[in-house]
Amino acid sequence: MGKPSDLVQGTLDLLILKTLSIEPRHGWAIAKRIQQMSGEALQVQQGSLYPALHRLEQQAWIKAKWEESETGRQAKFYSLTAAGRKQLESETANWNRLSQAINIIVQEA
Amino acid sequence: MRALDQMLMRVKMLFLRDRAGDELGRELEFHLDRQIAENIAAGMSPREARNAALRLFGNPSLLRQQARASWSWTWAELILGDIRQGIRRLARTPGFSWLAILVMGLGFGANVALFTVVKSVLLNPLPFPHADRLVRIYEADANGAFNDSIVAGGSFATWQAQSHSFEQMAIKYATQYDLSGDGGQLPEVAEAHMASWNFFPMLGVEPALGRLFLASDDRPEANGTVVLTWGLWKRRYGGDPGVIGKTLLLDARQYTIIGVLPSWFAYPDTQVQLWTPLYHERSRANMGMYVAHNFDVVGRLKAGVSMAQANAELSAIQAAIRKQYPQGPVNDATSIRPILDAETYKVKAGLYTLLAATGCLLLIACLNTANLLVARGATRRRETAIRTALGSSRARLIREQVTESVLLSCAGGVFGFALAAAALQWLVHVRPDIPRAESIHIDSLVLLFTTAIIFGCGLLAGLIPALSSNDKHILQSLHESSRSYSGGRSGLRLRRLLLSIQVGLTVVLLIGAGLLIKSYRQLRSVNLGCATENVLTMRIKLPKGSYNSMVKMSAFDRQLLDRVRPLPGVAAAALVSVLPGEGRVWDDVFRITEHPPLPTGQVLDASTRFVDPGYFSAMQIPLLSGRFFEANLHGDQNQEVAINREFARRYFPGEDPIGKHIVSSVTDDERSYTIAGVVGDTLEEISGSPYPAIYYSIFLGSTRSAALAVRSRSGRDVSSLALPIQKAISGIDRDLPVSRVLTMQQIVGQSSADASFDATLLLAFAVISLVLATVGLFGVLSYVTTQRTTEIGVRLALGSSRGEVLKLMLKDGLRPAIVGLALGLVASLGVTHFIRSLLYTATALDGSVFLVVSLTLLLAAVVACTVPAWRASRLDPMLALRME
Repeated sequence: MGKPSDLVQGTLDLLILKTLSIEPRHGWAIAKRIQQMSGEALQVQQGSLYPALHRLEQQAWIKAKWEESETGRQAKFYSLTAAGRKQLESETANWNRLSQAINIIVQEA
Repeated sequence: MRALDQMLMRVKMLFLRDRAGDELGRELEFHLDRQIAENIAAGMSPREARNAALRLFGNPSLLRQQARASWSWTWAELILGDIRQGIRRLARTPGFSWLAILVMGLGFGANVALFTVVKSVLLNPLPFPHADRLVRIYEADANGAFNDSIVAGGSFATWQAQSHSFEQMAIKYATQYDLSGDGGQLPEVAEAHMASWNFFPMLGVEPALGRLFLASDDRPEANGTVVLTWGLWKRRYGGDPGVIGKTLLLDARQYTIIGVLPSWFAYPDTQVQLWTPLYHERSRANMGMYVAHNFDVVGRLKAGVSMAQANAELSAIQAAIRKQYPQGPVNDATSIRPILDAETYKVKAGLYTLLAATGCLLLIACLNTANLLVARGATRRRETAIRTALGSSRARLIREQVTESVLLSCAGGVFGFALAAAALQWLVHVRPDIPRAESIHIDSLVLLFTTAIIFGCGLLAGLIPALSSNDKHILQSLHESSRSYSGGRSGLRLRRLLLSIQVGLTVVLLIGAGLLIKSYRQLRSVNLGCATENVLTMRIKLPKGSYNSMVKMSAFDRQLLDRVRPLPGVAAAALVSVLPGEGRVWDDVFRITEHPPLPTGQVLDASTRFVDPGYFSAMQIPLLSGRFFEANLHGDQNQEVAINREFARRYFPGEDPIGKHIVSSVTDDERSYTIAGVVGDTLEEISGSPYPAIYYSIFLGSTRSAALAVRSRSGRDVSSLALPIQKAISGIDRDLPVSRVLTMQQIVGQSSADASFDATLLLAFAVISLVLATVGLFGVLSYVTTQRTTEIGVRLALGSSRGEVLKLMLKDGLRPAIVGLALGLVASLGVTHFIRSLLYTATALDGSVFLVVSLTLLLAAVVACTVPAWRASRLDPMLALRME
């Protein structure tokens, strides 16, 4: 497993939204989840994760709430808003189009 | 929904910023703790676990910054931070800051004040609906000999009947009335206008009270009606609405007050107290004449008709009139000006010149501040270099500089704005003669202008030094500031360039001011051609009502002179219809009996003056040949006149005019007059040249308005005579008001007030610029001296004499001054061309002014440079070298 490739900004947003579509999570859990789901291939740097979360919150795609975490400590939980859910759909569609296109080219060559 | 959420988020971020910061901290801490816990679970020691987590975490403050950067309002936070820092930095050097604020404030104050005046007087439209279609119409001469001539009643009537370019055309005439009332109020002389009934409807003015004139009021047969201005109504009638329908006396005749004009109405100026209908006041015969040019005509163009089209049409009509009346002074063309232009063109050139001067002043102030900032930037070189080396971006450094200069500029702006408000009050107070002075006030556009120049100047002053400091040579900067080189070259070159421009602008201002002052002094020293010392004048107008015959009028004149002449302290007293320096108020055409008749269409013209025979000796106007004329009475058969030297020169070249005859109709009929004598010229306008004049006897009774001129015995203050004379006048007629009690000096002063005002203000601006330029030179050289301390120390240690060092430093400081002087002189050659119209006789290329300005500037430059240069030459080489 090499160094996780730099995530394109839009891609990280998509991953965060997707992760949150299942249930509200805090930052740590989001990072962990992305890491696990990708089979450790993707590691989200804190330096990218938190700015991205705050940016998404400013865009009103996700909202945050302080709740008790599984360890009993207060943590900031993020959840999708209705607008965020729509954004996830359109970004997923975009991603599918894009990755298919890239796939075609890469496999042809 | 999302837009609303976003907005809520914004509001939250604006007000709960600190809490959001705390939360971010807690959030990150939580993350870190979880990582540590995970590491421990993986078998690390707590210490190891913590270090590994931190390593993974990266730079927490950078992360914090990046997260914050995604919040709303970050820009505002940054700007606030910049401002706070800027204020702190400026407060650390209060001397510099106050100087810069003062300098900028002066520049802003002068500019805002002048801009307000120019905008209110020259640019704001008159407050009438569709004022852009209102024009003044003049008679003109197709050959261009006369332009903008006032209009004859007959021409106006013909235009009105035949032209199709105008919606309306109205006619008016400026006059004065003796205003008195039934209520025993004091009589007063009221400035008034007579206007045709359609004048107010054409402008679109509604009365504040009562009604305005109707066509039925505007006839000789109608009863007398008068419309009061708001000011007169408030002042004399206490704003009583019951005044409508009451009567008042104008020139001892009864008029009914029918209406009051609204308070905003101030056309043509605020001096006008009341309005009467013109065709009621003037006879039909008078209003039908084509040769008597007396009236102002104002018209409203039809929508879509251009001034050129209208003028072409009117000129054709006027040319036809001329064909019909080939004799006498009938014009053959017309000219049209926008109404605003017609009212203000006399002050236009002066105001724009002053505005340009204040613009220069502001630019100088701006350059000066830039210069001071460059100097400060130089002392902070090392700090800048270190910060750049540590990764501070260039944009960030520039932003800091600009923030500082904008802060200075804003503070200067507040100061300047207060200054401008005070200056405007003063200006309106000292120059009530500026047209529309009452409308001068600060409005939203002025505020906008102020804000724009404040930020413009702040940016300019900040960007010049900021852009010049470039970070490509960090290493060099660090070297320079730690080891003593002879100073950074690039900053210095920039400062010299700024200084040269500043000096150049100052030279232009000084030369402009110098030319205006010289012109004004020449104007004041003009010889009017008569006594101006110890002469008191006052104007008396005999009302039509009580002085209804020429006999009564001349009887009053004789009685007046008989009573005034024996008063103690009076050396001489005389009556004249128009005083020297009062302008060309009255002129008439005439012919000379002994000369062959002139070709058709040509006329002779001369100023008409009525005097009593004692006038010439009282005013010390010399008799050149012949004798003073006798005191002719109206009925006398043989009437005598005097002519002036210019008349003799122009109309009797190589002839003796004495005993020749002039035929004119200055009384009610055409009469012949014998020329008895030739007297010296007097000037009608102080800046003009002599014009032919005929002096008739005032006892002909042709003029109701005359000035009494009294010369006091030497050693006696002439103004102390005013009271006894006024007592003597009321001893003859208790109801007779006296106006314009002025010394001849004051009359001369009034007619040169513009020139004095423009010259004084421009001089003030020029002096301020000179001071700024001197301060700039001083600053640059002081800075250079400190920069070169070590170098000078080395020079001195190696045997250079103190004189040589002094010379070296002087040369360094004087070079930009001399370059600037040369630039300024060249620029002045071009610029002074524009103020030529303001100059009386001084030419725009006046060698003495250029010389004096150059010397003044060099002197100032030498003074500014000497102190730092001398200080440099006094350096103790040991101390200088030890400073390392």
